[in-house]
Amino acid sequence: MNSDVILKVENLKTYFNTDDGIVKAVDGVSFELHKGETLGIVGESGCGKSVSNLSVMKLIPSPPGKIMAGKALLYGENIFDMTSDEVRRLRGNRISMIFQDPMTSLNPFLRISTQMVETIRLHQGMDRKDAKKKAVEMLQLVGIPNPGKRVVDYPHQFSGGMRQRVMIAMALSCNPEILIADEPTSALDVTIQAQILEIIKELTRKLGTAVIMITHDLGVVAGICDKINVMYAGKIVEEAPVDDLFHDPQHPYTRGLIKSVPRLDKPHKGRLFSIEGQPPNVIDLPDCCPFHPRCKQALDICRKKYPPETAIGEKRCVSCWLFKEGK
Amino acid sequence: MADNNILLEVKNLKMHFPIEEGLLFKKRVGSIRAVDGIDFVIRSGETMGLVGESGCGKSTTARAIAQLYTPTAGEVIFKGRDLCTLPKNELLKERMDLQMIFQDPYGSLNPRMTAGDIIAEPLTVYANRKLIDMSRQDIRKRVEELMEKVGLSRFFINRYPHEFSGGQRQRIGVARALALNPKLILADEPVSALDVSIQSQILNLLQDLQDEFKLTYLFIAHDLAVIEHISTRVAVMYLGIIAEIADSTTLYKKPLHPYTKALLSAVPIPDPVVERKRQRIILEGDVPSPDQERSGCYFYDRCPNAMADKCKNNIPPLKEVEKNQQVACFLYSDPE
Repeated sequence: MNSDVILKVENLKTYFNTDDGIVKAVDGVSFELHKGETLGIVGESGCGKSVSNLSVMKLIPSPPGKIMAGKALLYGENIFDMTSDEVRRLRGNRISMIFQDPMTSLNPFLRISTQMVETIRLHQGMDRKDAKKKAVEMLQLVGIPNPGKRVVDYPHQFSGGMRQRVMIAMALSCNPEILIADEPTSALDVTIQAQILEIIKELTRKLGTAVIMITHDLGVVAGICDKINVMYAGKIVEEAPVDDLFHDPQHPYTRGLIKSVPRLDKPHKGRLFSIEGQPPNVIDLPDCCPFHPRCKQALDICRKKYPPETAIGEKRCVSCWLFKEGK
Repeated sequence: MADNNILLEVKNLKMHFPIEEGLLFKKRVGSIRAVDGIDFVIRSGETMGLVGESGCGKSTTARAIAQLYTPTAGEVIFKGRDLCTLPKNELLKERMDLQMIFQDPYGSLNPRMTAGDIIAEPLTVYANRKLIDMSRQDIRKRVEELMEKVGLSRFFINRYPHEFSGGQRQRIGVARALALNPKLILADEPVSALDVSIQSQILNLLQDLQDEFKLTYLFIAHDLAVIEHISTRVAVMYLGIIAEIADSTTLYKKPLHPYTKALLSAVPIPDPVVERKRQRIILEGDVPSPDQERSGCYFYDRCPNAMADKCKNNIPPLKEVEKNQQVACFLYSDPE
């Protein structure tokens, strides 16, 4: 069953050196991505969901950031051992990324055609004419009306939703094996978000691309993902297939998170469930469970030691002392 | 209907911003019609939700009500007086009962003031003008009381905004809005910048405060689930007009306007089983620019049910179609 693992991240640790101390943004994250699968990474701001994936792409600014330990194996080959030239050939070709803000990730001075043709020529070795044809084709695929004309426009001539479509077209233009989508719809309105999610879902299925979807929105992952990792303070606290996670969440944090979102389909007035307290500061975090100050079921041991991963069934994992004891 | 219960009445409110060209001799070449004629009432004790996509005029509406902008046209009748025509000192008095909470907990607090000063500011402003009778000791006591009310320790009184987290900062904003014991609070996206676990804390706080102080809210958000949770009535805005107003339960169970339907179907629901079964109405295209005067329905370009003649050439008025449900759409009424 391990033959279709595309990307395997093992014990990744990314730390940032700051004046206040060492920020352990990602602290021992491991996960696997299978062929054609959509993996969701959920968590609140500052939990390390973006940094873990930027690390995989070797896009962490260093200094202050540093990948302290771990491996990112793309078909068994460690990305962290590659030279920067080799990684550059990887990015945009075998692993593509789309970001939250489509305005800042496109060059405002260059026409869409210039930016897309550059990527395609570099990675696919096509000549200018073919590359442009391919670019128009991709724009058509993501539903940009009149792509033959629009391809020579500048980014500011597109609306937010259209820009995100251009980003997707660009990211998929080299048939990557992995698409990392970092909050691709958080800056967009709901009706536009629905359009964009539909496109991502359809195109990646058609092209067989595996997707890592990073988001804070539980609704988005529920609709699009097969498997979900929940992150808290730099660690993955729970890992489960999408149905299990939503219908039978195990970790107290996951349970709280799911319960604290108001739901359209199950209206209820009155008080919402809420997790008391604040997310922890990840500077010089002691070796305890970072969630224990907010956890209603915290045990003594939670204050002293970080819980190891406990497997529940075949496909699920949870890091919590409640599941270690007595099982 | 006991209409002496009406706290705020907005009549044909319009807010147009000029588009100017030229460096030295500015010439008005057009206008952004951010709010283009809206009517609604808010009754005492209710929470009116205002929902819509970015650029539809929700925030502008709140700001025009608070007279932070001078409306282009229309009336804002608060407790029986039209705020748009009041002289400045009278307006100041009326505004004691009308306060705002803003979206950005980072941008809406002065970084050079302590939490205590920020919360005290409305009190000092009114005390200096002799509109309220409070000494400095009274104010300090009131600030401490307010901090405890919103769930902040009063030992934080001398801290600066950067020392607080986003959720705590929003609590400071709430305390500041409460300082003058207002009747109506205009909350402009108060939870949009917050994480899920913090968002539910703030929503609960707002509800508790409403019960305790008999507050009335105009609650603005783009998140339909949040609006559903907190509101008793909901108005859906599109391109500067109101497409539909109804009781919250009615609107979510039986939306009438095609835009409301599409909007509701686009919201992702955190449940994979429900998500797989859902039929989405995916709207084509983007929201058009509000810089043109419209002669037909504002939603015509994107409406899946648009009727060529009727909708293109007539503007549908907001009409009561069902009990407590007003819709601006020709599917439910004919042009006159």
